[in-house]
Amino acid sequence: MKALRLSVTRALGGAALATLMAAPLAAQQPAAPAGGGAATLDAIRARGTLICGVNTGLAGFAQPDSQGVWRGFDVDYCRAVAAALWNDPTKVRYVPTTAQNRFTALQSGEVDMLSRNTTWTLSRDTSLGFDFTGINFYDGQGFMVKAAAGVRTARDLNGATICVQPGTTTEQNLTDWARANRIQFTPVVIEQLNDVVGAYVSGRCDAYTTDVSGLASTRSAQPRPQEHVILPDVISKEPLGPAVRHGDQRMADLVRWIHFGLIGAEELGITAANVAQAATSDQRPEVQRMLGRTGDLGRMLTVDNAWLVNVIRHVGNYGEVFERNLTPIGLQRGPNALWTNGGLQYSPPFR
Amino acid sequence: MSDITANAAVPHQSGAERRQPPVATTGLVAWARMNLFSSWINTAITLALGYLVVRWTIGFIDWAFLNAIWSVPVVNGQAQTQACREIKGVGACWAVVTEKHRFILFGTYPYEEHWRPLLVCVLFVALYIVSAMRRFWNMMLIPIWVVTLTVIGILMWGGIFGLTYVPQERWGGLPITLILSTFGLAFAFPLAVLVALGRRSKLPAIKTLCVLYVELIRGVPLISLLFMASVMFPLFLPEGMNIDKLLRAQVAITLFAGAYLAEVVRAGLQTLPRGQYEAADALGLSYWQKTGFIILPQALRLVIPPLVNTFIGFFKDTSLVLIIGIFDLLTAGKTSIVEPAWQGFGIEVYITIGLIYLVFCFAMSKYSQDLERELNRHRRR
Repeated sequence: MKALRLSVTRALGGAALATLMAAPLAAQQPAAPAGGGAATLDAIRARGTLICGVNTGLAGFAQPDSQGVWRGFDVDYCRAVAAALWNDPTKVRYVPTTAQNRFTALQSGEVDMLSRNTTWTLSRDTSLGFDFTGINFYDGQGFMVKAAAGVRTARDLNGATICVQPGTTTEQNLTDWARANRIQFTPVVIEQLNDVVGAYVSGRCDAYTTDVSGLASTRSAQPRPQEHVILPDVISKEPLGPAVRHGDQRMADLVRWIHFGLIGAEELGITAANVAQAATSDQRPEVQRMLGRTGDLGRMLTVDNAWLVNVIRHVGNYGEVFERNLTPIGLQRGPNALWTNGGLQYSPPFR
Repeated sequence: MSDITANAAVPHQSGAERRQPPVATTGLVAWARMNLFSSWINTAITLALGYLVVRWTIGFIDWAFLNAIWSVPVVNGQAQTQACREIKGVGACWAVVTEKHRFILFGTYPYEEHWRPLLVCVLFVALYIVSAMRRFWNMMLIPIWVVTLTVIGILMWGGIFGLTYVPQERWGGLPITLILSTFGLAFAFPLAVLVALGRRSKLPAIKTLCVLYVELIRGVPLISLLFMASVMFPLFLPEGMNIDKLLRAQVAITLFAGAYLAEVVRAGLQTLPRGQYEAADALGLSYWQKTGFIILPQALRLVIPPLVNTFIGFFKDTSLVLIIGIFDLLTAGKTSIVEPAWQGFGIEVYITIGLIYLVFCFAMSKYSQDLERELNRHRRR
């Protein structure tokens, strides 16, 4: 869906530009920076602030609160990078980007990194010229039904009427899934989000389908959320993660290992509350390496050895970030649980 | 005096029968009888519409005032909106506006610095009022504008006089809408006059250039111009060079407004009778004297209604910047209801924003009516 919109946008913009300037489209890839892929990181250091591309407003992921302060899961990743660089999570400038202009913002260098619920796909990784630094949220398409209906799994939806928005991969995924599972359904296709939700709530459809994160925030906005159930089945893969430019290896390393650090910290039970104590007195060798008491791991990432202490102190570990931002909108850990709890979040070793 | 004459001419008739004047030709009752109840079908329509108007008015007052909830408690930064959800749309939840009004008006501007954008809005309104008064229609207006806009820039950016620096991405809300429309129209209008004159020029190069500009810009939707400014343009800049996103949008809006205004101005130029041009030539005026003293004052006066129409349209069109992620008034309003606690209270927020737009647009339209009446006084007979 996002890719399609982008290509339409590009075609539009391209057509307009071509008519206006009659100039050939210049190569879109920014030149690879010199200096072993450290150019962006050097520029960030010289500037003293990180410029982070975020969503213009998505509940739980990135949204300004009543006082205009950015909050959310994606926002916390920007804060974590600033905390690792300067021990100060406020040194971030947030650039709100739309689904249309987010990729240009990163390509053109308007932002240093994109932390904006963007699905990692092959074409974005290669031809758009990005490096995805990991998967911090496993999303996927799911179904919501009324609790009173007694539906347990998506397979019970045979013969059901299902509300879906048109022109997105959501509709395609639904059809593919139904065909693969030999399920008959009647689609109710409605363009506007508010209208499609209204149709489901008023009972025109038995089920409503979109990405699980979207279902969760819709559910939490209902007068009585307990009347709606999100089914456990997920029928598509939408792995979301932060992205940097191709060629910014240093930056990519840093963002990637901050993500792993958040997961590793949760695995080892290090939280915002106990990180200061763990940094001085924890006897486990991996904790000592992670928190910079032994070894030189921070230096290898070109930051201070206490980088992860600073990150955890200001932002918390992965579980705390999740709980602060996504639990309130009704999201379960699900596939985003630690691998030790049967989820997919896993960190390579710190050594 | 005339009474005496009349009395003298018509002697008092004491014995005649006193007759009532016919009732149904003047007064409110007569008007209603003639226009609303003249036949049974009109009476039926009047009663039906009257019933609906009264019912809707009562319904709206019930919803907007009597049953409305004006504020909800906030616990640990989380608004407790259960009260609003319980009434299920019977009453408005103005609590969303109470809670979010500062975000809607000023976006992500630092909270403790909100007095700065507030002052900027006041300055803008003052600037409009001063510019609208005919007593200031002289060279004084130029320094007034330059000084006010400089002060506005200093207030928004800060960085000097002890004000903290606020980068452009944090600006938002009403100041953005006012900045985009004021600067857009202030630059677009002179551009439009030049282009309109250029289109009527006898010099082929100038004429072709102006025709090309107008036709190309008019042939492209504003949305794709904004996309171009926001998505394509940065890719053509050298590495490491970035032009402010707001400035790019501002240029796109200015160019777009310029093309439309140019056509409006050209319409005025074409309405002027040929005799005016010839008379000016006969007096030996140069081209710029002729244009400045004879043609433009008359032509612009003729096109005040379509000009204001375009102005009002553009004031509202600035809200299209939401597609490139600039937090103008409308985007800020939209974003304020993203938070799960406040989802579903869009109507209240949109009514509020609509009222703000209405105030500005209605003032513009009212002012243009007065201006039109004032400037066309010599035509009325």
